[in-house]
Amino acid sequence: MMGELRLMKGNEALAEAAIRAGADAYFGYPITPQSEVIEYLMAEKPWERTGMVVLQAESEVAAINMVYGAAGAGKKVMTTSSSPGISLKQEGLSYIAGAELPCVYANVVRGGPGLGTIQPSQADYFQSVKGGGHGDYRQIVLAPASVQEMADFVKLGFDLAFKYRIAVLILSDGIIGQMMEKVELFDPIPRLTDQEVIERYPWATTGKKKGTQRRIITSLDLEAHEMEKHNKHLQEKYRLIEQNEVRYEAIQCEDAEYIFVAYGSSARIAQKAVQLARKKGIRAGLVRLITLFPFPSKALQEYCKKGVKGWLAVEMSAGQMVEDVMLAVKGCAKVEHFGRFGGVVHTPEEVLQAMEEKIIGG
Amino acid sequence: MSFEEIVKPENLVYKKTELLTDKPLSYCPGCGHGTAHRVIMEVIEELGLEEDTIGVAPVGCSVLAYEFMNIDMTQAAHGRAPAVATGIKRVWPDKIVFTYQGDGDLAAIGTSETIHACNRGENIVIIFINNGIYGMTGGQMAPTTLPGMKSSTSPYGRDTHLMGNPLKITELVAQLPGTYFVSRQAVHTPAAVRRAKKAIKKAFENQRDKKPGLSFVEIVSNCNSGWKMTPNDANKWMEENMFPFYPLGDIKVDGNLINAK
Ligand SMILES: Cc1ncc(C[n+]2csc(CCOP(=O)(O)OP(=O)(O)O)c2C)c(N)n1
Ligand code: SF4
Repeated sequence: MMGELRLMKGNEALAEAAIRAGADAYFGYPITPQSEVIEYLMAEKPWERTGMVVLQAESEVAAINMVYGAAGAGKKVMTTSSSPGISLKQEGLSYIAGAELPCVYANVVRGGPGLGTIQPSQADYFQSVKGGGHGDYRQIVLAPASVQEMADFVKLGFDLAFKYRIAVLILSDGIIGQMMEKVELFDPIPRLTDQEVIERYPWATTGKKKGTQRRIITSLDLEAHEMEKHNKHLQEKYRLIEQNEVRYEAIQCEDAEYIFVAYGSSARIAQKAVQLARKKGIRAGLVRLITLFPFPSKALQEYCKKGVKGWLAVEMSAGQMVEDVMLAVKGCAKVEHFGRFGGVVHTPEEVLQAMEEKIIGG
Repeated sequence: MSFEEIVKPENLVYKKTELLTDKPLSYCPGCGHGTAHRVIMEVIEELGLEEDTIGVAPVGCSVLAYEFMNIDMTQAAHGRAPAVATGIKRVWPDKIVFTYQGDGDLAAIGTSETIHACNRGENIVIIFINNGIYGMTGGQMAPTTLPGMKSSTSPYGRDTHLMGNPLKITELVAQLPGTYFVSRQAVHTPAAVRRAKKAIKKAFENQRDKKPGLSFVEIVSNCNSGWKMTPNDANKWMEENMFPFYPLGDIKVDGNLINAK
């Protein structure tokens, strides 16, 4: 059965998906290119549709701490922002990681550093997959390449967030946030009732019943050995996620000699470059990353074993994801990087040319 | 007389509330934090709210408040407790939510979260412990440090030209339309404790009865370690120096400013 079809902006799809995924609350602060998320929610009045709370916070710092509070109380909460705002959220995200709280948030990335530009970029990769805030932690990072995935990954994100009690980041960019595409919306999932929340999430602060243990949401342990135990537990959880949750799409890789690795908007451009290459008789393929953490290292190694001669990491940054590609393929073949940055978007022709010059001819 | 003969239920005039755990407090002897904890927990118990209350602990000496308060608690990042409490209250509007914060937490790093939660009129309780100093980190200057008062970062006394003026954040939030009840109290004598308890009770009742707005209770307290005084001297110094600058009493009741100074 087909879901409801709509023509929507990526940002609107995120917002509509939050309502349909049964989110209990959204806390946000406006920043281009993602302000449509909160604008859509305010116009849509989800408090009337499902009872979902929407609040414009005074800052990104406040918004993520509202998420922390509500998530600690067992509710399904979401926030979104763009690069400078996401930097402000890092304090709260580190606390969310430490306290092991589930939440979904999106970064509709723009060009930086600093205030930068409102044009699209992928320069927040390191911040997204290597922790971002202080301390040793990871989060699950989903990279949508279409408006459809903007919607689908909200639902998937909440499932993963509650499965592992972890923050799930939808790492998008100004292109996907702003462009309009056809999207098939999934059927609404009802919000949990208060009673269901209490029964399903015994760790959540929902009010201590007489004679029961109190619940504490904290990331603090003054005792170093206890803190190490907690860190070990977190690391074990991240390894489990690496085993179970890798997602990627292999496009024309079966017979490929040269493979592009890319995610999000860059992946759509690289896919076009694959077509251009094939027309020229170059056996090119594309590994489109869907999860950036966990990274599909094993999949890349498998292609290496099949005799891939070279890899080109394509990303709108000066070279960030390329480091993970190098770590994954462990020197089995040449790895190079191609990227435009600061808000400039590469063309398929440039991408193919880079493959020819840096890998095939180089 | 044996112990058993004396400790009989009919002879009991006072006992520790069940809402405090048996864990020894981590506060310096003579510090006001412990008494403030007790009073809040007594109020919650007396109002029968323990099953519905979620507390938010700060960063500062009371960072471990959740170890002592026998209810559901969330520990917040430095200064962010009002935002965390907002998040909880918005998704559980029928629960009772309160924050417990020091002056560094509430009036320095958390000024924005404090003012905006107050101004939005979040239906929560904020308990603000003002000891005029950063206790936990070793006695540095706080926004509430008095002019001329010594601290580790104002070793010659707070010079207001150099270091700015003390912030009367309680008077400030009282001006905001979102606050419904604002009071300043102390807990250094039995009489002060009784008055503080009354104010805290009113604050929790306001929330329970869904009165429109936020209830804010400042407790002017001592930090004998940070002030480098004995507990007795600290309390005396507090009466002589802190109270004139931070006068005790209700500032806003039922949404109305009283005896506006
Ligand atoms: C982001 C951040 N900055 C600084 C600190 C260090 N710090 C811990 S407690 C504190 C001051 C707390 O003072 P106050 O709120 O007055 O509470 P008190 O210890 O006096 O009870 C500071 C600066 C921190 N934990 N986090
Ligand atoms: S340092 Fe000050 S505020 Fe902290 S426990 Fe000791 S006396 Fe109390």
